[in-house]
Amino acid sequence: MDDLQKLEKDILAAIEACDDLVILEDIRISEVGKKGRISLLMRELGKMTPDEKKTFGPKLNGLKDLINNALSDRKSALELKELNIRLQSEKIDISLPTLPENNGSIHPITQVMDEVTEIFTELGFSVAEGPEIEEDFYNFTALNIPAEHPARQMHDTFYFPEDEKGNRKLLRTHTSPVQIRTMMSGPPPYRIIAPGRTYRCDSDATHTPMFHQVEALVIDKNINMGHLKWCIEEFCRKFFELDNVKIRFRPSYFPFTEPSAEVDIGCAFKDGEILIGEGDDWLEIMGCGMVNARVLENVNIDPNEYQGFAFGMGLDRIAMLKWGIPDLRDFFAADLRWLKHYGFAALDIPSLSTQNNKVGGDRKIGGSSSSENMSDSSPLNQNGGQ
Amino acid sequence: MKFTLSWLKEHLDTNATLDQISEKLTAIGLEVEGIENPADGLEDFVIAEVIEAAPHPDADKLQVLKVNTGTEILQVVCGAPNARMGLKGAFAPSGATIPANDMVLRPTKIRGVDSNGMMCSERELGLGDNHDGIIDLPQDAPVGTKFTDYKQLNDPVFEIAITPNHQDALGIYGIARDLAAAGLGQLKTGHIPSVEGSYDCPQKVILQDPKSCPTFAGRYIRGLKNGPSPEWLQKKLRALGMKPISALVDITNFVSYDRARPLHVYDADKLQGDIVVRLSEKGEYFEALDDKEYTLNSGACVITDNSGVIGLGGVMGGLSTACQNDTVNVFVESAWFDPITIAMAGRQYAIDSDARYRFERGVDPETVTSGLELATKLILDMCGGEASHAIVAGTIPIISKTLTLRPERVSHLGGVDVSEEEIIKILQNLGFQIEKSDSKLNVTTPSWRCDIDGEADLVEEVLRIHGFEHIRATALPPSTRDIKTGLNPMQKRARTAKRTAASLGLREAITWSFLPSAQAKLFADLDPALILDNPISSDLDAMRPNLLPNLITAIGRNVDRGFKNIALFECGNQFKDDTAEGQSLILAGVRRGQNIEKHWRETPKDVDCITAKADAESILRAIGVKIDNAQVIPEAPAWYHPGRSGTIRLGPKNILAYFGEIHPVICRALDIKGRLVGFEILLENIPFPKNKIGNSRGPLKTSDFQMVERDFAFVVHNDVTSASLMRTVRDTDKKLIADVSLFDIYAGAGIDEGYKSMAINVKLQPENRTLTEEEIELFSSKVIANVLKQTQGKLR
Repeated sequence: MDDLQKLEKDILAAIEACDDLVILEDIRISEVGKKGRISLLMRELGKMTPDEKKTFGPKLNGLKDLINNALSDRKSALELKELNIRLQSEKIDISLPTLPENNGSIHPITQVMDEVTEIFTELGFSVAEGPEIEEDFYNFTALNIPAEHPARQMHDTFYFPEDEKGNRKLLRTHTSPVQIRTMMSGPPPYRIIAPGRTYRCDSDATHTPMFHQVEALVIDKNINMGHLKWCIEEFCRKFFELDNVKIRFRPSYFPFTEPSAEVDIGCAFKDGEILIGEGDDWLEIMGCGMVNARVLENVNIDPNEYQGFAFGMGLDRIAMLKWGIPDLRDFFAADLRWLKHYGFAALDIPSLSTQNNKVGGDRKIGGSSSSENMSDSSPLNQNGGQ
Repeated sequence: MKFTLSWLKEHLDTNATLDQISEKLTAIGLEVEGIENPADGLEDFVIAEVIEAAPHPDADKLQVLKVNTGTEILQVVCGAPNARMGLKGAFAPSGATIPANDMVLRPTKIRGVDSNGMMCSERELGLGDNHDGIIDLPQDAPVGTKFTDYKQLNDPVFEIAITPNHQDALGIYGIARDLAAAGLGQLKTGHIPSVEGSYDCPQKVILQDPKSCPTFAGRYIRGLKNGPSPEWLQKKLRALGMKPISALVDITNFVSYDRARPLHVYDADKLQGDIVVRLSEKGEYFEALDDKEYTLNSGACVITDNSGVIGLGGVMGGLSTACQNDTVNVFVESAWFDPITIAMAGRQYAIDSDARYRFERGVDPETVTSGLELATKLILDMCGGEASHAIVAGTIPIISKTLTLRPERVSHLGGVDVSEEEIIKILQNLGFQIEKSDSKLNVTTPSWRCDIDGEADLVEEVLRIHGFEHIRATALPPSTRDIKTGLNPMQKRARTAKRTAASLGLREAITWSFLPSAQAKLFADLDPALILDNPISSDLDAMRPNLLPNLITAIGRNVDRGFKNIALFECGNQFKDDTAEGQSLILAGVRRGQNIEKHWRETPKDVDCITAKADAESILRAIGVKIDNAQVIPEAPAWYHPGRSGTIRLGPKNILAYFGEIHPVICRALDIKGRLVGFEILLENIPFPKNKIGNSRGPLKTSDFQMVERDFAFVVHNDVTSASLMRTVRDTDKKLIADVSLFDIYAGAGIDEGYKSMAINVKLQPENRTLTEEEIELFSSKVIANVLKQTQGKLR
């Protein structure tokens, strides 16, 4: 009995002291292997009396289990140690630069168009498009712009050669012909926005021969100027991500609307920057009005039954305002440096389902924005408590 | 349109502040673009007298002055040649800022002599160009008085924008009338007394074209003396930026600005016979007051006498009959011209004049006589002389009309509640005459508002005076009929295509829709109907028949900036002809250089035809094209490399995209070095999926049995395409084969010349059992046999 206790002590000590998986395996073989010491003792059991067996057997089995467990524990411990040593040796330079991302980007015009579309489709508008090479009728006549109007002159409008019938096509000077085409293609009511390229024979620091506009048209029963005001306020609030944006309507004149107004947005001019939402200055952002009854008559809509409003603004201009882009001409130069700085990430898709994270009522317009700085091109504001 | 506050107040009795007037002007549609007060910045300047003038000890051209500013005596070193004892002028003390150069004055030493402050020239004060000497005021100028008070400079100048419908505001009296109607004060009487003539007018006027000039009033004034106009008139004109010329000219300018009434004064002694107003004949010639010579086309309204054309009616007078300082007898013209005729003539001959500006917007016909009376009175006052009876040729047109206004329209159209009493009051204050008829108002427009011609115009008049700020913002009600909202499928497609292109590493550019016709011709037989008559420059004269050339030249510009790897795309319209159908929406992209910059992890690869193919396929897939169902054929338009390009199509008539290397000839013509690859997605050609089963994607079918992979390498002739080899393999057992992919291509040592080895991986997915080794072997031998049969390819 004492022998067993000594044996147990010796073997466990050997296991505990073992520092090598190969030696540990040797210990296992020499103690509990087929020909190991414990196995040999087991064999001795057969020669014993039943009483001896009764006392010695369980003890021997117990010893065997004890040793097996000790071996297994020791093995796990040694394996873990070995793994740790190996892992240490596998250390790499994690400061290594990763492969550059695909540096694609979306042009600010596409981004602003998507934002505007998002705002107006949520208000129940659809998006209408039309030809850029237009006929005089759709671009001018139907819109109550008479033949002697200055806009019809060569210095404002791009014209194509006269055809054999004496008709001259032109490049649309606004997206209003899309309104005419929409109204001629089916019965009212209509709620559309018409974004797109427009052209005027003009080129200087603030004008380019091609630019972008979005116009909106709502024709229905009982639409009045209050609805127009609401729509524009909603738009400005969401587009500029401001809860209390100041808007001013001023009487103005357009041949296709009556009454007509221009819309100014409250701002401050500070150090060459435009700060929207503060200050006492005003910046004109769009023209609007109730669609002139003559325009409705021109497209065979009874102005006594239907009426509505239209407004239009420069997409390039509101993009410049929102993102602080200084020069209109750069929009069309395809300079990689500009595209990189002012472009947007592919997945930076405008959405109305996120909250405005701007604190306070002021918004600084004129900061730089780029695809490299995603947080700057934040999604559109959806205000609570409308 | 410019006017001063004091001039406005000659017609408007008001206590309103400058800000209130400014805000009200903008609120009623006369947008204030700026207000400038000439006294701003001159607050510190006082009238001072030179009480002593001595030579500077160290400088020949300088004097040392003792100056009395009214409060102290100061020593000032002065270089002006006219500085002398007893001179009274404008003095700037130390601390004042000189407006002309923003210099702040400090006590200083000039050539060793103390100098405190400065005696100023007109130019230094920003009041004129005179810098010959310091300001020399009359001897009665009160020393110590503020210079601006003495000169009455404290008179703000407004500049307002005039919309085409506010011809009435082109006279200061009209502006006052509008402000009074808006409650900002009392309009003073605008009545102009008539001048009795003492003899019959010797000048005859004959109107031959009543359409362009229906009426022409005139008056002869004899024995007058022209010369400078009085100071009050000169000051008025100068304040608006006009140069006083002579009493006769200044008077016409005054009446033009005061009453929006253009006039013309002829030197009667230079007129030859009757004045005949008629339409011009082609080739007629005249020398205008702007010293330019004009050869006329037919159809312009001209004033003529026996000598020929002496004026372009309502636009500009002629040099031959112009008044001079020695003019003694004059004939004054106050006529009315048709706005369209004037606009056309003004534009055709590019003459901008105050007269044209007013006549083309529509001058109040009633001022034909009142304007003549006002001018006569002023001429007699300033130049003396004797006036004849007035003559009026033709008939004064009546442009007033009577319109019906339903008072409720103000609310229904304008979105603001204004009581009927208020509506009537506003319109009456604006000069409209109202007659009530049942529930309607019969409104007669005043002679000065030719633009008002409908009920909506009257609503606008009420609205602008009542105030646009009172319009209630009202949420848009639901549409009275179900309408479609949101993006249509094509718009959604374009949006997805653009975002996908950007995610592939291409940067979106927006380039002009036009380009040089020489470049357009590289891509199409250019339709002459697509060349602009009046391009902004000859480089932008043709509508683009294709998106690639502008992208290619944009890449060229970026190469010039030092970029090597460039990938651009654009989504926009290209034009086949000038019809709506000839416009098609394209997304095109061009790449140059390598796929990535130099990097430790991956070797950059040159972009090639297959890069462009990958771009095209990715975009097509993103917008719902099942690429496996499309054909890719080795043909493409001429601007692509003939051997390295392709067309993705659903059939011969249904082309989805082109891709490939850009033809070197195109690159050379567009002046760009290096290989370019590009693609064009014909967005409108792609059929929309037939949505028979809604959005359901159907159940997911998976197999519980193990997938098996086998690799094969076949040696085939170079003409055998990878697509045909892969198709042949797949066709061996379409049901069993889940996927076929090409993972290696090899030609060279060990492979016969003209042949290549292609290694293919095949994945087998049994549906109802695990494949046995025998079955897999059987399958493999079928594949090998099929490839041999279809392509003569042999297992390597």
